[in-house]
Amino acid sequence: MSRRVLVVGGGTGGSIVANLLARRPDMEVTLVSREATHLYQPGLLYVPFGWVSPEQLVRPQRPLLHPRIRFLHDEVREIDPVRRVARLSAGELAADAVVLATGARLAPEEVPGMEDAHHFYSPEAAVRLRETLARLEGGHIVVGVAGVPYKCPPAPLEFALLLEWELRRTGRRSRTRITYVSPLPRAFPIESVADVVEPIMARRGIELVTFFNVERVDPARKTVSSLEGEEIPYDVLVLIPPHRGTAPVALDGIADRGGWIRTDRETLQVAGYDHVYAIGDATDLPVSKSGSAAHYQARTVAERIAAGNPGRDIRYTGKVMCFLETGERRATLLRFDYQHPPRPAPPNPVAFALKRLFNRVYWALVPTGRV
Amino acid sequence: MELKVDRTIDARGSYCPGPLMELIRAIREARVGEVIEVLSSDSGSKRDIPKWCQKAGHELLRVVDEQGFARFIVRKAR
Repeated sequence: MSRRVLVVGGGTGGSIVANLLARRPDMEVTLVSREATHLYQPGLLYVPFGWVSPEQLVRPQRPLLHPRIRFLHDEVREIDPVRRVARLSAGELAADAVVLATGARLAPEEVPGMEDAHHFYSPEAAVRLRETLARLEGGHIVVGVAGVPYKCPPAPLEFALLLEWELRRTGRRSRTRITYVSPLPRAFPIESVADVVEPIMARRGIELVTFFNVERVDPARKTVSSLEGEEIPYDVLVLIPPHRGTAPVALDGIADRGGWIRTDRETLQVAGYDHVYAIGDATDLPVSKSGSAAHYQARTVAERIAAGNPGRDIRYTGKVMCFLETGERRATLLRFDYQHPPRPAPPNPVAFALKRLFNRVYWALVPTGRV
Repeated sequence: MELKVDRTIDARGSYCPGPLMELIRAIREARVGEVIEVLSSDSGSKRDIPKWCQKAGHELLRVVDEQGFARFIVRKAR
C-alpha cells in the first residue's frame, strides 16, 4: 500500500525530502510551496558587489522536482498534526506523514528604525544595497545582525570581509571605515572560527565591537544602539533583520514564542506528534539555519519516513558543512556536528574554488537529492 | 531550594549558533522575571555566559556542573 507524504515548503530541505521519497514507488509525494520559483539564497551575498544578479539565483521550482511529485503552488493555511490534514487555499489534503520545511521570515518590524538599514537577505534588499555601494565615496560602514537567530551565521561576517576587499579593489578603502558589531564576545559564535577570522579582520582594519545586541536604529541621527547601552554613528548601516519562524497555524505548542517549530534534535519529529517532521530554518534546533543543515536533516527525514516508524535508530547527528569566504579569493570550510566542533584551516584558495564550484553545481546536485 | 525554570534550552553540541546565542534568543522572547535554563557542553560558555549576563544586566542565578555539560540558570531582569 502506498503512503502519502505531504512536504510543506520548496526550499532546499523540502525539495530534497520530496525528491528522495519520490524515487520510491510506494510513496505518493505532494509538495506545497507558496513560491513557484526556487531561490539559491547563499548567492545573495554577491549581489551587493554586482558579482551576480538576482535573476541568476532563481529557477522555476517544477523542473527541480521528480516527475512523480505532485507540485501545488499554494499556501498551507493550517495543519492538524494529529489527523495530519492540511488546509490549503484550494481545499484539504490528508497525509500519512508530514514534513514542515517552511523556512524563516524576516521581521524588520521588530527593531525600531530598521527602515534605514540595508541588508542582502532578499533580492530586493540586496539590489538596494548594490545601488548604495555603487554610489559610495567614503564614510563609516557598520555591519552586523539585528537579532538572533538568523540564517547563515557566517554571511554578515563574509559580507564585511568581501566589502573590505571590494573597496580596496575599487580604490575607496582609504576613505572608508568598516565596523563589525557582534552580539557575542567575539566575531563569530564558534571560538575556533573566531580565532581564525579575528586576526584577518585586524590586519585588514575592520574594527570589531563585541557584545552589541542591536536594540534600535535612529535614522534621523544616523546611529545604532545596543541592548548593552552603546551607540554607534554610521553613514551606511548593513544589519541582518531579526528572523521569525513560519509554522502554519496549528495546535498550541507546536511552535515556541519566536514561531520556531519545537523539533526533536535527533529524530526531527515535531514534539508530540508521530509522523510529523520539521527540518531547516523553521525549526528550533540548536544548529545553524542554513541550507547545509536542512540538507542533512532532509536526508534523515526521508530515511525515517521510508522506514516507517524507526524509533531513534535513524538520527540526525547535528551535521553541518559550510564555507566561510574571507575575500582575496580565499575561503575556509567549516564542518561540525553535535559531538565535534569545527577545526577550520586557514582561509585558502582551494576552499574558495570549491565554494565557487558549489555555487554552480547546486542546481543539478542539491535540491534534486543527488548528493 | 528548587528553582522554577520557565524554559530549558538544550544547546549541548551547539557550536553554531552556540549556547550563548540560544540564550540571547530566549531572553529576547521571554518576559521580565522568567527563568531560563541553558544546557551547554561548550567549555567557552563558562566564560561567555556570565560575562554577557553581567553586561546585559540579567541575573545568573546558578551554574551547575553535570557529567560532560553545565546548566546555566538565568533570570531576565529587565
